[in-house]
Amino acid sequence: MPEQNQGVWNTQRNRPDIRLGFDELNYIIKIIKEVADFDFSHYAASSFQRRVYRVLEIYPFKSVQELVNRLRTDAQFTAEFIEEVTVNTTELFRDPEFWQEIRDSVLPSLAQHRNIHIWHAGCSTGEEVYSMAITLAEAGLLDRVKITATDINETVIKTAARGHYPERLFKLYDNNYRIFGGKKELSDYYKIENGSIRMNPELLANVKFRHFNLVGGEVFSKFDLVLCRNVMIYFDKVLQDQVSKLFYSSLFKYGFLAVGSKESLIWCSVSHKFKTISNDNKIYQARV
Amino acid sequence: MISRPTPYKAIVIGGSAGSFPVITKVLSSLKTPYRIPLILCLHRLKHVRSGFVEALSIKSNIKVVEPFDKQTIKPGFAYLAPANYHLSIELGNHFSLSTEEMVSYSRPSIDITFESCGFAYKQKLLGVILSGANKDGAHGIRKVKAYGGTTLVQDPMESKVATMPTAAIESHKPNHIYSSQKIIDFLNLINR
Repeated sequence: MPEQNQGVWNTQRNRPDIRLGFDELNYIIKIIKEVADFDFSHYAASSFQRRVYRVLEIYPFKSVQELVNRLRTDAQFTAEFIEEVTVNTTELFRDPEFWQEIRDSVLPSLAQHRNIHIWHAGCSTGEEVYSMAITLAEAGLLDRVKITATDINETVIKTAARGHYPERLFKLYDNNYRIFGGKKELSDYYKIENGSIRMNPELLANVKFRHFNLVGGEVFSKFDLVLCRNVMIYFDKVLQDQVSKLFYSSLFKYGFLAVGSKESLIWCSVSHKFKTISNDNKIYQARV
Repeated sequence: MISRPTPYKAIVIGGSAGSFPVITKVLSSLKTPYRIPLILCLHRLKHVRSGFVEALSIKSNIKVVEPFDKQTIKPGFAYLAPANYHLSIELGNHFSLSTEEMVSYSRPSIDITFESCGFAYKQKLLGVILSGANKDGAHGIRKVKAYGGTTLVQDPMESKVATMPTAAIESHKPNHIYSSQKIIDFLNLINR
């Protein structure tokens, strides 16, 4: 599998001329469900279509049928396909204003608890987890926290646990951190070795990674803060509704939920159960 | 006079360097009520999350908003692709956002928005490429036409930066190549 995360996607013009309408996409979804028990039927169609095109481009399949045949016969490929189709782009301190809001509006409230439980739902390659750990460390809360970071994709979980990122990203990350207004330099939390940023593993002292699928997922624990930014944008409204219910049920009394800056809970059935803490940064708090 | 409904369900406009004055002129010259939703995909600074909508709104005759994920598309609005997200259209007439890889070093990518609009609206789409400093949009506008939509490119001679419109003209044969004033006239003409 070619390196994909954070990469610049320039091959779009070389796309194969294969029709990927709804019939073809539904056919692929049906096969994936059969062979891997993985349900993409409530993923947002536009991005799912693009991701499948991307696979067709990387592995030069000549037709949808050829792709389907491979999915039917090659479990390893199917696993790679699922990884490629799910989107894993993220950044350290993406939306610095969001992290300021977490630091200034959420952590003071969490600091009143003896133990703080945080869930990164859809942690991808871990950048949000490290951003959270750094924010907690600077607030003096890192040793009181238990972080659970989950994803459907085992490969990105391994990347997250290792905490190595391409060096070319460090300027972006440093800049994000500077806007966030951290207490130190971001480089105090990593070292650069062999062309990669290597995050200080101590940041993960209280982090547990586990495999978890939000599609059909059930409550497995209770949390003070659930972060799920730019994950539900790949779902349709039906699945968004289902997953937001899961989050509500996974929160302690007055627990917080953070979603991406351009996501909204308005059309979710649990929306009235949340109070808005920050509309700009999409931080909500569960009402009782 | 018998007025016939416009054949267009949406207008998608892409641009980067040099497109801002054209867009503001377009938005301030549209005759209201303007019945066709505008979808704007403009290259912008990644960290400047706010301010752009406000700047575009000052003289606009229609409301400019950054859509949320899954927000319904309505007439009378200009929807601006948010910073650091790709903007696509879902069947069922709503937007969806994505943080997928950058395309041609851009997020939002004009190619992604145009291709997705083309797929969703087919012949009921007008695609417009304005002034810009890279080739993003050239692939997208070709797809718009391939899906049956109408394409319009700002005259490179008149564009502040000609790279983007030139690339769009090289990638396919546009239905129209217009100056910004003719673009405005055309947008008002189709709003019937």
